[in-house]
Amino acid sequence: MATPTLEKMEEAAAASPYITVTFRIRRFNPEISDEAQWQDFQIEIDPKERVLDGLHKIKWDLDGTLTFRRSCAHGICGSDAMRINGKNRLACKTLIKDINPEKPITVEAIKGLTVMKDLVVDMEPFFQAYRDVMPFLVTKGNEPTRERLQSAEDRERFDDTTKCILCAACTSSCPVFWNDGQYFGPAAIVNAHRFIFDSRDEAGEQRLEILNDKDGVWRCRTTFNCTDACPRGIEVTKAIQEVKRALITRRY
Amino acid sequence: MKIHKYDTVIVGAGGAGMRAAIESTKRSRTAVLTKLYPTRSHTGAAQGGMAAALANVEEDNWEWHTFDTVKGGDYLVDQDAAEILAKEAIDAVLDLEKMGLPFNRTPDGTIDQRRFGGHSRNHGEAPVRRSCYAADRTGHMILQTLYQNCVKEGVEFFNEFYVLDQLLVEEDGVKKSAGVVAYELATGEIHVFQAKAVIYASGGTGKFFKVTSNAHTLTGDGQAACYRRGLPLEDMEFFQFHPTGIWRMGILLTEGARGEGGILRNKDGERFMEKYAPVMKDLASRDVVSRSIYTEIREGRGCGPAGDHVYLDLTHLPPEQLDAKLPDITEFARTYLGIEPYTDPIPIQPTAHYAMGGIPTNVEGEVLSDNTTVVPGLYAAGEVACVSVHGANRLGTNSLLDINVFGKRSGIAAAKYSQENDYVELPENPAQQVVDMVEHLRNSTGKERVADLRLELQETMDACVMVFRTEQTIKTAVEKIAELRERYKNVSVQDKGKRFNTDLLEAIELGNLLDLAEVMAVSALARKESRGGHYREDYPNRDDVNFMRHTMAYREVGADGSDSVRLDYKPVVTTRYQPMERKY
Ligand SMILES: Cc1cc2nc3c(=O)[nH]c(=O)nc-3n(C[C@H](O)[C@H](O)[C@H](O)COP(=O)(O)OP(=O)(O)OC[C@H]3O[C@@H](n4cnc5c(N)ncnc54)[C@H](O)[C@@H]3O)c2cc1C
Ligand code: FES
Repeated sequence: MATPTLEKMEEAAAASPYITVTFRIRRFNPEISDEAQWQDFQIEIDPKERVLDGLHKIKWDLDGTLTFRRSCAHGICGSDAMRINGKNRLACKTLIKDINPEKPITVEAIKGLTVMKDLVVDMEPFFQAYRDVMPFLVTKGNEPTRERLQSAEDRERFDDTTKCILCAACTSSCPVFWNDGQYFGPAAIVNAHRFIFDSRDEAGEQRLEILNDKDGVWRCRTTFNCTDACPRGIEVTKAIQEVKRALITRRY
Repeated sequence: MKIHKYDTVIVGAGGAGMRAAIESTKRSRTAVLTKLYPTRSHTGAAQGGMAAALANVEEDNWEWHTFDTVKGGDYLVDQDAAEILAKEAIDAVLDLEKMGLPFNRTPDGTIDQRRFGGHSRNHGEAPVRRSCYAADRTGHMILQTLYQNCVKEGVEFFNEFYVLDQLLVEEDGVKKSAGVVAYELATGEIHVFQAKAVIYASGGTGKFFKVTSNAHTLTGDGQAACYRRGLPLEDMEFFQFHPTGIWRMGILLTEGARGEGGILRNKDGERFMEKYAPVMKDLASRDVVSRSIYTEIREGRGCGPAGDHVYLDLTHLPPEQLDAKLPDITEFARTYLGIEPYTDPIPIQPTAHYAMGGIPTNVEGEVLSDNTTVVPGLYAAGEVACVSVHGANRLGTNSLLDINVFGKRSGIAAAKYSQENDYVELPENPAQQVVDMVEHLRNSTGKERVADLRLELQETMDACVMVFRTEQTIKTAVEKIAELRERYKNVSVQDKGKRFNTDLLEAIELGNLLDLAEVMAVSALARKESRGGHYREDYPNRDDVNFMRHTMAYREVGADGSDSVRLDYKPVVTTRYQPMERKY
């Protein structure tokens, strides 16, 4: 049983781990002003902590009005997608040390959705697009008494897209979505993919027709922003390409 | 203030709430009020699996499962309820599969199953494969699948609505549920929901501990709302400490890791569980493993400079197996610790994980106002409830099962009740208590800060009522909590606005945690025995003569308005299994 990494880590922890970091946050509260503005906060933080920990330090010790969503704090619930140093990430999955804490860390709301207050956006249009692609299993005929059978290979076929946590990091990183909020956006397509390629499902055709729409998959310009943004490591662009191909070949 | 009228209102959209909603929406006009968007609920964090004796990979049956549940719960389980849980488990899993849940599969294409702590063949002979799973993201898949089916059924959600009060009205000498009062995050507006039936499915209360696997939002709001209105809370002293949380952070590493062959080791590399549980070893029940870890640490065999943790060793497992079966938790180790689990062991410590206690219900999910009386129109299911299927210690994979079985049951029962009954008239000024609470906090100029009190509470709970407890430590906790509750009266918030005022809501959540912490500590102090998750060093043995009974805690309000906890007890339902010594 080797322990090298750990010993290094523990040595590092023995010295004082705290450094001073500046958070530069895009503030907006229409109860106070119609204008958004940047505000700087300085905090002491261990670089191994998360950006979310930094936001909590600010909210809890310096300014209780700072507003953001969060729940699980380990990248599972999808509450805290935000633009950190210009890139979409989950605040709870981004460690301070990984984003160059020597410079001010900029934090702002994700783009393309209406900002309600500070880092909180209106998620309704995002969830509406999701609901529009029929994100549920559709089957015909009688229900079997036991489980439906599915081979491990068939299960693997759509594994990647089952990982989505609906955080909107992908959709709100997409330039097409920024320009036209009508576009379904990558997350909705990912969730359509999850069912189109599920061997148990029988509504692939319908979902493909929905995505064949003028606001559907053909708007995708393959910029790969979404794949880079996905905190779950889903190959989003690849999933969109597979849906496009399925639309052409009608095979899936 | 707005008033809404629905047949059935469900508080919470985690696994239990959405499973209930799928049933009740088909049968009655239903609203689901949830403080988080449904897919943000903490059910999504569950990793390891959901138990059911499908017998897909080896011989198994529901009776063995019932026995393990009863034994795992150290005989404080109501055995009639455990039997329902184990029997209905099979359909609960099959229901989810039919709804689309992508379970891992066997080579035959059936649902695959794996080992989990405390689940055994033939009453403890050897570990059995009973946990149905989808990699190490079973909870995520359950939450997604249930939300997908809520979309399919057209379930009506009120997202980011915080339920803060339960309306009870006395009619013909009987306390009945009239509805709930909620606070809308986006606007600060207060809403009254009049409903014939209300189901609480608002989850656990782990945030009163510091090192915990629970989300920031698990603050026991449902338990607190009912408790403040005079309803009892059952078995609150029983809290589960999961053996393998990431050192200092508390993020969970599923027991499935040990189910796949992972081993716990001390600083000498010794597989110490062999000493404490010769048969089940690393897969003994959670309370046993957590105590063993702390025993190692206390006796100087902990790892690291402070000797304050042990290792979860996965290095002997093939990387392909880790990638296929445990992709998320290995990623947690990489992301949060910078450790590569293929080659390095992961530092872990026990983490506060699961509330066995909660709002007492019968097997239909009906809430009890004392040992036997049902509150008409009031239901609870999931971690907020205490049926009690988990007794003094819940087995891994039995909670995802619980939320499905009792979520479904309560959804059906509540909808039936609302079809057959009329509205109870709302009390005068139904929102008064919530309005007062919100206004008090918004206008307070007190000097106490929420973050300070919360941290002091969490540190007290970690130090005094965690894995090991004594009269002394619990008394310290009781005193400290009393002090914090006093100081809480002078808490103020900085955000005075209406819009998305999370500052205000954190203050309200802290109030809930403080009330529930008091109930927990007082209940723990009175239980002078050790059983399951409640371990008293001063009373290290189980005492069936005096304590084979559920604790029922009530809030008593004195003439001067001050409140205290009154304890009563309720008998345990025993059917097939007589208490035996628990060995693993
Ligand atoms: C990390 C982790 C891993 C786990 N792994 C497993 C496992 O492998 N197997 C297993 O069986 N169990 C596991 N568990 C336990 C299990 O996941 C939980 O007990 C279970 O999911 C709880 O479900 P629930 O529906 O009761 O609550 P939750 O899923 O927590 O949902 C609570 C809901 O209530 C809402 N809510 C809360 N307060 C309010 C309010 N005031 N007003 C309105 N809405 C409110 C929230 O918005 C949320 O929708 C695990 C738990 C954790 C923390
Ligand atoms: S807080 Fe849940 S994903 Fe970040």
